[in-house]
Amino acid sequence: MTGFQRAIATLGGLAAAAALIIAILDPGGADMMLATGGLVLAAVGMRHHFGLNSGLNFGLMPQARIDLLASLGGMALLLSILDGDMPAASWALLVACWLFGWLAVEKAMAARHLSKALASVVSLAVPVFFGAWIIFVWEMMTIGLQIPTVLLPPPSMIAVRFAASTSILWADFQQTVIKAALSGYILGCGSAFIAAILIDRVPFLQRGLLPVGNFVSALPIIGIAPIMVMWFGFDWQSKAAVVVVMTFFPMLVNTLAGLQATQTMERDLLRTYASSYFQLLVKLRLPTAAPFIFNALKINSTLALIGAIVAEFFGTPIVGLGFRISTEVGRMNLDMAWAEIVVAALAGSLSYGLLSLLERQVTFWHPSNRRKSS
Amino acid sequence: MTGMVNRIAPIAVVVAAIMIIWYGFTVHLNAPWQIERYEKAGTEWQMSDLVRDTMAQGRPILPAPHQIVTEIWNTTVKKKITSKRSLIYHGSITLSSTLLGFAMGTILGIGLAVSIVENRAMDKSLMPWIITSQTIPILAIAPMIIVVLNAVGLSGLVPKALISTYLSFFPVVVGMVKGLRSPDPMLMDLMRTYKASRLQTFWKLRLPASVPFLFASMKVAIAISLVGAIVGELPTGAVAGLGARLLAGSYYGQTIQIWSALISAACMAALLVGVVGLISHFALRRMGLRT
Repeated sequence: MTGFQRAIATLGGLAAAAALIIAILDPGGADMMLATGGLVLAAVGMRHHFGLNSGLNFGLMPQARIDLLASLGGMALLLSILDGDMPAASWALLVACWLFGWLAVEKAMAARHLSKALASVVSLAVPVFFGAWIIFVWEMMTIGLQIPTVLLPPPSMIAVRFAASTSILWADFQQTVIKAALSGYILGCGSAFIAAILIDRVPFLQRGLLPVGNFVSALPIIGIAPIMVMWFGFDWQSKAAVVVVMTFFPMLVNTLAGLQATQTMERDLLRTYASSYFQLLVKLRLPTAAPFIFNALKINSTLALIGAIVAEFFGTPIVGLGFRISTEVGRMNLDMAWAEIVVAALAGSLSYGLLSLLERQVTFWHPSNRRKSS
Repeated sequence: MTGMVNRIAPIAVVVAAIMIIWYGFTVHLNAPWQIERYEKAGTEWQMSDLVRDTMAQGRPILPAPHQIVTEIWNTTVKKKITSKRSLIYHGSITLSSTLLGFAMGTILGIGLAVSIVENRAMDKSLMPWIITSQTIPILAIAPMIIVVLNAVGLSGLVPKALISTYLSFFPVVVGMVKGLRSPDPMLMDLMRTYKASRLQTFWKLRLPASVPFLFASMKVAIAISLVGAIVGELPTGAVAGLGARLLAGSYYGQTIQIWSALISAACMAALLVGVVGLISHFALRRMGLRT
């Protein structure tokens, strides 16, 4: 145990002890449960002072496991008594749970000689645990502190609303993500890719367009949304047009940079094989450019969603993520707005994840992918 | 000298080509409305009349570049800065929230990057969520953030700056983490042979090594904070700022106003990126790095 871990453990134990004392001194509805929780957690936190851990060795990561169980148990206890009138002791217990969760992660990270399977489980479980904690604290804060739901609805309420209105969400998803964002994304990235290959044949154009393209991709292109709505009407075509313009330049610049990334030696080798322009392109230059192209595709997947949603603020039919968010906020239905945000976040994360998977398949030879498997 | 010409000539040609295409589209897109007017008035018209008149419409579908330049000139130099129609007034409002958001984003980004590099638990639990945070289209949530913060009592500069912060901290985190980890093992070993403490290694090796990375990501960050500030101005009901000019222009069909706001935003973005680039150039040169 390092000094840092010991400090966290002691702080956690003290917080739990505080919960115990407050629960005894100030009896409320759930003081017995809180007192028990405080007692158990205080014992867990202070155990290194009494040498308790010597007899409780479970084998793999015994320390981290006890702390994790203490943290999860405390969370379950807090959830079971969660209502609008939380006794003060429960907040002390929340702090204790958080510190024990942190301690468990610290110990799991510091643990050596983990088997390969266990190590990958840990590296997956840690971020999931962290995310769960954020949602947990959000739920505790909004309900426990009685924050009005027109400001910030608790996650449980958003989940209920999400489950109850899947048909509306699906229609909005189709309108914004599939029709506007996806079609614009394919058109924008595809045309930029073809343009890059054509421009690549003319060095003069290349030297002229790279700086201009770099400049344009730093501009607030989202501002053309009102113009596109004027030109192409209220429906998804205008949003797709915004997405085309937004995604074009990052893709163009990255593809051009990728096509230049080959080395003279490699090109010379293929030339000694008497390869034609297309063979050179397909067998050497495009594979070398793949990491750059995937980088642009990933950037663009987020940009496409942003473009499609923001363009809906400037005029839209009565369906779509951006339309729904702005009208439901206006009607103070924040839970519905958050459900739409969940849809947008899921769409964004899923497309990013799919692209990362595809990238790993296509560029399996790249050093950044090779190192992980060895 | 020939190097300069070689570099600038292609850019000049590309920009000139864009201008010519733009003028061509101005005539082409605005012509149907103009021809309709001629026919209603019963006047005879030549091609030269058409070209002249399509470039002088009040609410064209696509304004000609010189119309936009005239509009920008009229609303910056010829108007008082305090006037509600002055682009400088609107631009300064957007600029202030951009800079505030950029400053907060950079500080937050550096802080997160340091904690990620120094603590493995932070690295494992934070890094995936920082990446996920950017796949959430925050600009879509911007109106809600503005409305909610307004209800809490925060209005004006801070909510817009918070959106810029959310957008700009990400490139800084990614760049700084890369930069703080950039010293190669040889140098780290050298520090170890000097028996340098963790803090000393950080101040004397990791931090100086990360500065070029920091400046590179700050260029991205400032451009993206401007986008955040502009979008943050949309839901406030078109009160002030370049975003408000965009929205007001789209409500009233004032295309020239939209384009002039758009072009000034583009100039501001170029200027901000240029300033950061200049600072980075001098800072890196003082540190003894060739740029």
